[in-house]
Amino acid sequence: MSRKEIEEKLKEIIRPYVQNEAAFENMTAQTDMLRDLQINSAHLVDIILDMEEEFDIEIDDDTAEKMLTVGEAIDITEKLSNEKN
Amino acid sequence: MKKYQHILDLLPYGPSFCFVDDLEHIDENGATGTYTFKESASFYAGHFPAQPITPGVLLTECMAQIGLVALGVYLLSLKGKVDESLKIAFAESHVHFEKPVWPGETVKVVSRKIYWRMGKLKCEISMYNREQERTCYGQLSGLIRP
Repeated sequence: MSRKEIEEKLKEIIRPYVQNEAAFENMTAQTDMLRDLQINSAHLVDIILDMEEEFDIEIDDDTAEKMLTVGEAIDITEKLSNEKN
Repeated sequence: MKKYQHILDLLPYGPSFCFVDDLEHIDENGATGTYTFKESASFYAGHFPAQPITPGVLLTECMAQIGLVALGVYLLSLKGKVDESLKIAFAESHVHFEKPVWPGETVKVVSRKIYWRMGKLKCEISMYNREQERTCYGQLSGLIRP
């Protein structure tokens, strides 16, 4: 899966939890999911679970806790997907 | 000594806001417990003056205390790391109400774990009256940490 495809799928995963629509429309790799998108921190767990299902990967808790920006989420997904193949 | 007394002892509620009387069963996948809404409870005087009925928020609280907190304490206790310094926070509730709960009714709460991950516990929880009719149900989640 290309980085662009991961980004598109990730966008669909996080969309339901976003509180700041303007930040979501202007999202970049540096966009912080909690601070910029104003996602409730309790929903990060839901995002992790949705990512695991969508991309068929396993994200351990330590890695998940370091995943703060959209770019980091894409990096982690890309890395874990490549390790799987 | 009640069943699961060690779990009941670790629930962080004071008597005026504890909505758990007994725990019937708990395992890694869920919890079942009961509570009787006392007719003498002060809130019935206001909800509503001529027609007392148990507030939905308190049904939700009862579901959360048995279905999330008691279960969460049990799950943490399996890992051997739970004491009075427990930290809890309610995260989400989406509850559907089907039948009223009258003053003095005993309800049974049945919780089934959806997931427990990174300190967040999410469950599908239902409440039943003595006639086994479902009074309310929904998905609730909370954060629970030792």
